[in-house]
Amino acid sequence: MDIDPVVLARIQFAANISFHILFPAISIGLAWVLLYFRWQFTRTANRDWEHAYIFWVKVFALTFAMGVVSGITMSFQFGTNWPGFMERAGNIAGPLLGYEVLTAFFLEASFLGIMLFGKDRVSNRMHLLASFLVAFGTTLSAFWILSLNSWMQTPAGYRIEDGVFMVESWWAVIFNPSFPYRLVHMLLASLLTTAFLIAGLSALRMLRGLGGPGTRKVLKTGVLLAAVVAPLQILSGDLHGLNTLAHQPAKVAAMEAIWDTEAGAPFTLVALPDEASRSNRLAVEIPYAASLILTHRVDGEVQGLNDFAGQHPPVAPVFWAFRVMLGIGMAMLVSAWWAAAVLLRRREPGRPLLRVLSLMTFSGWLAVLAGWYVTEIGRQPWIVEGLLTVQDVAADHSSATLSGTLFGYVMLYVLLLAAYIGAVRNLSSKPAESQRTIAVGELAAVAGGA
Amino acid sequence: MEYWLPVIYVAAMGLALLIYVVLDGYDLGVGMLLPFADESEKDLMIASIGPFWDANETWIVLGVGVLLIAFPAAHGVVLTALYLPVTIMLFGLILRGVAFDLRVKAGDHRRTLWNRAFFGGSLVAALAQGWMLGSYVTGLQGGTLGLLFSALIALTLPALYLLLGSSWLLMKAEGELLEKATRWARLSLLPMGLGLLLVSIATPLVSERIADKWFSLPNLFYLVPIPLVCALAFVIMAYHLARIGRLRALPWVPFAACVAICVMASLGLAYSVFPDIVIGRMTIWEASASVASLQFTLVGVVITLPLILFYTVYVYRVFHGRVTELTYH
Repeated sequence: MDIDPVVLARIQFAANISFHILFPAISIGLAWVLLYFRWQFTRTANRDWEHAYIFWVKVFALTFAMGVVSGITMSFQFGTNWPGFMERAGNIAGPLLGYEVLTAFFLEASFLGIMLFGKDRVSNRMHLLASFLVAFGTTLSAFWILSLNSWMQTPAGYRIEDGVFMVESWWAVIFNPSFPYRLVHMLLASLLTTAFLIAGLSALRMLRGLGGPGTRKVLKTGVLLAAVVAPLQILSGDLHGLNTLAHQPAKVAAMEAIWDTEAGAPFTLVALPDEASRSNRLAVEIPYAASLILTHRVDGEVQGLNDFAGQHPPVAPVFWAFRVMLGIGMAMLVSAWWAAAVLLRRREPGRPLLRVLSLMTFSGWLAVLAGWYVTEIGRQPWIVEGLLTVQDVAADHSSATLSGTLFGYVMLYVLLLAAYIGAVRNLSSKPAESQRTIAVGELAAVAGGA
Repeated sequence: MEYWLPVIYVAAMGLALLIYVVLDGYDLGVGMLLPFADESEKDLMIASIGPFWDANETWIVLGVGVLLIAFPAAHGVVLTALYLPVTIMLFGLILRGVAFDLRVKAGDHRRTLWNRAFFGGSLVAALAQGWMLGSYVTGLQGGTLGLLFSALIALTLPALYLLLGSSWLLMKAEGELLEKATRWARLSLLPMGLGLLLVSIATPLVSERIADKWFSLPNLFYLVPIPLVCALAFVIMAYHLARIGRLRALPWVPFAACVAICVMASLGLAYSVFPDIVIGRMTIWEASASVASLQFTLVGVVITLPLILFYTVYVYRVFHGRVTELTYH
């Protein structure tokens, strides 16, 4: 094996975080949606909400478990794959991760037990509180980890002594320039992922004739949530992009495949960015659009990749990941508004609409992954933007060790992903509780009449 | 502060890992006992740990977290040296963590498969943790003697977990399963005791440094309570397990005695290692993060750790008592 160990270590870490992010992307949003179901049931005493809660809490428990086990793996891989990062940036990364464990992990893990299994053992109010604390914990966890990730993108509040990062101001470290944008963008992404998951699976159940009145309520919750969040997400993405342009211009240049600095830069719809010739092949462009989007002026100047020769990210993956994210975002907006228009007029959703929604079930996952690839590959070759490269902090494991464990991880993740999707589909292929209750009720009525 | 902060943190790390060994120890133990139970008993065994396992596993994240926060230099050294066993342990923990849910949610035809994954994951995680502990005590040096020693601990720790797991079931199970748990506890008692004895004899043999720290006067005199309490706990456990009436009247005694052994072993280990963080290579002060960072996190530790302990106890109280079938609400 003569593959560069650093590349292998990166692929391994990327495989792990790509697998991991799928589950928090659902559990953060779903925890709040479950709290909503739970609260609706307490408020209205309508059994449909209780059935909705019982069904989705099963999905939540499974998702949460997947997130926990892949998260534990991450906490170890920081050390096994990037020992240099902890040695150099440990004074900053350590406390942020520490606060995540102390304030979020224990909270969510402990109250999850009560939320899942404790309803008969505690009061209704305590159970609501436990559901709230789980939701709050998942969000708090996102707060800390995104603060650290944002700091790596836009470092602030530090000084460097003998190559080691020291903290000057914790406020500046935590609330570094890109953090508010990234946090909002990720939390909205989680709500969108959840909205399409619950709408999509409900649509599937209705297509198969398995849905009850509760399924209809869940479908509507998901559709309306998506219809509201999708435009907000586009807005937050735009603001996030402007922030990136100010702090990480090389990443934006790669996202748009702009090679030379120019005023009035065109937006490239599709192209094959070619690093050898430093140009785009087969480009389809909209004149002035990139300048308009990025600087909000037609003749605004956008820096090109050639200004960052040797220190910019690989162009093609960032360029394409960005387009995948944008495309899915637009598809989400269109399908959510279509569905909302139908449901708000109290019409029965037709089969084409249900099919589209069911097709979009896991669309949030693709968008989240694409978005993370944009921002993480876009940060290369740095691990801390402008200050520390990935190359500097890698461990010196042999290629053989790394490729062996990488193989193991990938096999395991493929297996688990298949098992997860299989389990979610298995859960949704059972008839709704409410439907069964109605069936029994009808039977009783018939028996009584006879 | 320069002196005390690293001491406080190493104590916090030790405490987190001790709590981990006891708490995840019993649920890993229950996982390893799974194949010896019939189908309905399996459900009850899983139900007895269902509300707790997530939080139990969080303690190892805290332990590794403190290592990372307070001793970043050692974090890199230790985890790089233990790369393979850590990876194997993670595979085990991943498998059993997801098996909890998948064994009931993946459909009935897959149930046996995920039961096996739950058992296999628990066993592999326990073996790997023992191996890691062994390598750590020998200063991450390797060598034939070191490897043998690691192998010895790799077998002793699962035996301890089995005893913890069956003692847990003595408090949680009923009927037929309770009878089985009693048998399992009796069976795992001897291997655990033997393992512990061998480890105690072997440790000073593989590490001259540890031998010097223990076998000098007056230190030896102060340290005598550690093996003494261990022996006492062992005898109490054996006595208790042999008398079914006492065992049913006071079902918590074997678990408590097991915890006492864990606490004593941790104290002994802490004394052997202190003030190093990587034995013979790096002291806690050499590996420590900057004072400013340690102070910043200490505020959080002081506020949250008591809270965490408080609601952990609360959750255990909510689910106190013999276990019934586990259902979602």
